[in-house]
Amino acid sequence: MADTAVAPATGHDAHDDHGAHHSSTGLSNNKLAMWMFLGSECLLFGGLISTYMLYRGRHSENLGPDQVWDIPFTSASSFVLLMSSLTMVLAVSSAHRKDDRNTKVWLMVTALLGALFVAGQVYEFTTFYREGLGFTTSLFSSSFYTLTGFHGVHVTVGIIMLTSLVGMIGKNRVPGDKAETVELFGLYWHFVDVVWILIFTLVYLIPA
Amino acid sequence: MAIIERPTDTPAVVSPDAAPAVATPATSYGVFRRPVETTGWKSWLFTIDHKKLGIMYGVVAMAFFVIGGIEALLIRLQLAGPDGTVLSADAYNQMFTMHATTMVFLFVMPMAAAFANYMVPLQIGARDVAFPRINAFGFWTFLFGGLFLNTSWILGGAADGGWFMYAPNSSVAFSPTNGVDFWALGLQITGIASLTGAINLIVTVINMRAPGMSLMKVPIFTWMIMVVQFLLLFAIPVITVALFLLMFQRSFDATFFSVEAGADPLLWQHLFWIFGHPEVYIIVLPAFGIVSEVLPVFSKKPLFGYPLVVFSGAAIGFVGWGVWAHHMFASGLGPISVAVFSVATMAIAIPTGVKIINWVMTMWGGKLKFTVPMLYAVGVIVQFTIGGLSGVTHSVAPSDTQQTDTYYIVAHFHYVIFGGAVLGLFSGLYYWWPKMFGKMLNERMGRWNFWLTIIGMNLTFGPMHVLGLQGQPRRMYVWTENRAGDGFFNIGFWNLIASIGAFVLALGVLLFFVNIYVSHRKGTQKAPLDPWDARSLEWITTSPPKEHNFDRTPTVGHLDEFFHRKYEDRGEGDHHDYHQVATAEEIIAEEEAKGDSHIHLPSPSYWPILLSLALPIMAYGVIYNIWLIVGGAALALLSMYGWGMEPHTAPDDDYDPPAAGTELEVAAHG
Repeated sequence: MADTAVAPATGHDAHDDHGAHHSSTGLSNNKLAMWMFLGSECLLFGGLISTYMLYRGRHSENLGPDQVWDIPFTSASSFVLLMSSLTMVLAVSSAHRKDDRNTKVWLMVTALLGALFVAGQVYEFTTFYREGLGFTTSLFSSSFYTLTGFHGVHVTVGIIMLTSLVGMIGKNRVPGDKAETVELFGLYWHFVDVVWILIFTLVYLIPA
Repeated sequence: MAIIERPTDTPAVVSPDAAPAVATPATSYGVFRRPVETTGWKSWLFTIDHKKLGIMYGVVAMAFFVIGGIEALLIRLQLAGPDGTVLSADAYNQMFTMHATTMVFLFVMPMAAAFANYMVPLQIGARDVAFPRINAFGFWTFLFGGLFLNTSWILGGAADGGWFMYAPNSSVAFSPTNGVDFWALGLQITGIASLTGAINLIVTVINMRAPGMSLMKVPIFTWMIMVVQFLLLFAIPVITVALFLLMFQRSFDATFFSVEAGADPLLWQHLFWIFGHPEVYIIVLPAFGIVSEVLPVFSKKPLFGYPLVVFSGAAIGFVGWGVWAHHMFASGLGPISVAVFSVATMAIAIPTGVKIINWVMTMWGGKLKFTVPMLYAVGVIVQFTIGGLSGVTHSVAPSDTQQTDTYYIVAHFHYVIFGGAVLGLFSGLYYWWPKMFGKMLNERMGRWNFWLTIIGMNLTFGPMHVLGLQGQPRRMYVWTENRAGDGFFNIGFWNLIASIGAFVLALGVLLFFVNIYVSHRKGTQKAPLDPWDARSLEWITTSPPKEHNFDRTPTVGHLDEFFHRKYEDRGEGDHHDYHQVATAEEIIAEEEAKGDSHIHLPSPSYWPILLSLALPIMAYGVIYNIWLIVGGAALALLSMYGWGMEPHTAPDDDYDPPAAGTELEVAAHG
């Protein structure tokens, strides 16, 4: 994700004093690209959510949504994920203050909260499976596991990226503008959280 | 990587020798030495130069064009006479599926990507795209995805469900080979290529325009490319979802599309066409952009109503999202849906018509010069309009339900795609060839190329209107004499004409390759710097352009900047009277003389190609063995770490001797 561009819009690149580069909008290329990517992701989750909404009532005699959900448990894990957005904000704020130590701490806390959420999802999936809701049990189960699985993969990728970023900050190997890189990771992380708010509402809270 | 140092007293002449000296880094940052070769195969394999990548896109797309063309010829051979025996029913199914898939995803889209990659940075006065390594990743991913898709031919058989792969034909029961798996995974991979390319080019156009180039001074081709990239950005994730569901259905026993398990057969159709209809504009808008560049040049007039052409292009992009269900009129959507999509489909003819009118008005009263690129551009206007008109007949739902899945549809979309997109791309090839390779393509041979193509395509696709209205179903692998009908409507006659036409068309395309050979033989003249009296920014540099594109970043004051530097308006008020004040040679010499002294280009990299390579490995893993997925994922992870920790330009101390402020190692460059 931390790709760098031909036209560095930041003051940290060793070469930008040569002056040939500029950005027509004043926005950095990396940030613009991240927003474009997230725009594209909206359609990805849009497709998956639509599939789920179409199929959530189709489980014939097999387990249906209302029989398997454990709303208090999922509420708790949702709360954990939302809190990780708060710690992500704190990480970005530390990065803007050039406070490497706190940046690393808050990124690590964010990753841990994310990992806790994923652990909760693993636990939830396992429980559902034991209760008899396999991936191929019904159209409902397939579309549910596909949707929440895709989200879980996004969180997991986020965790890998966050821990890698912590390592790269530690070794001072972040190319380009460090604060902006942290901010870009933050954009991704918040997006994944917002998607979860949608999923939690549409999948768990609204009765089928 | 090259840090380019200019000799202090550059002679103001246009020759490659006047290029600045290039220093190459000798060591590398991180574990591996960076690939720094400027010649030989390594300079292509690890390049991140948008021009080299553009050429590679073009070469690979042309190779797939030939493959897709051979598939088409086999189809036409099979149907040339009654009771065809060239192909079995099974092979025929694979042939038309792969013909369509190859032509759409592996020829037209990447060919447009070739022009976009090569021309967009040049047209906006940039030295490269915003993310050169992602650009390289996009190309290799497309190539490996296309190769992966085609390996299905030797691994048990290719996909056979038709290019839109409707359920239940796509299920294991009806398509037991791995063909559909290869298809789903291969398109997934090429989709990643398109998505990264889209993000890259959007950021490039929005953020990297030359000083003074406001959005309404952006050359029209670049504008159309930007619209296309937005379409890709939002359409690709939808097909991604559909392909994932298909993969889960086939490889992991889900039942997303199994009606017997209670699934909705329309889910796939909706997901596919929400992608598939924008895809139509993804295919055709780049060609519209090329035509809009070529017509003004050879009419010696500015593009008529440039803002209208821009906005109608954007309008096509928007409305293109609201018409997908017109592919599904026969599926029983209900009267309200059908009415809405029917009206929306008629509405999209308006911005398209605006473009046609603008092109005709551009030519109106111009000093027309019918060079080969111009011939192709005019060909687009005529042929695409025919396809557009038969398209309007589809928008009328009652008529469409008669035409669905007949050859009438086949006729329509070939007029649109071949007559619109492919002719447009050939126009671009002839127009920009001297820019890209420094040699003119032979005009005489080009004319033969053009006329055989036009005659061939009309002979091939014209009769299909008759065949379709007579009721010949699309994808029918054989027809019999006793049901062929009589007189004018005898389908045997028209099938034979279509097959003859296909070979005329193939001959026309073959001449293009002969033309390349003829034009690049030893002793052929170098192309002049401005062979067409062109108008836009990409011509304010040498042909082919230097590695860094422009010696200094041009400052833009006009749409058609190059034209306005060459010609001065001595007319008064609304009366224009242009007089030439400078030649291209003078303008480019001036740019060279005032060139930047120190230019940093991003460095080549191993990681894009390695990361791309991981994708087909993982895809084979999905089909054959889970350990391949693990191995591929490990390679992907390694490449991403290498990529993430590699700076885009090697630091100064990566050079031997160090670059900054010292004597430079000078390598030949030109």
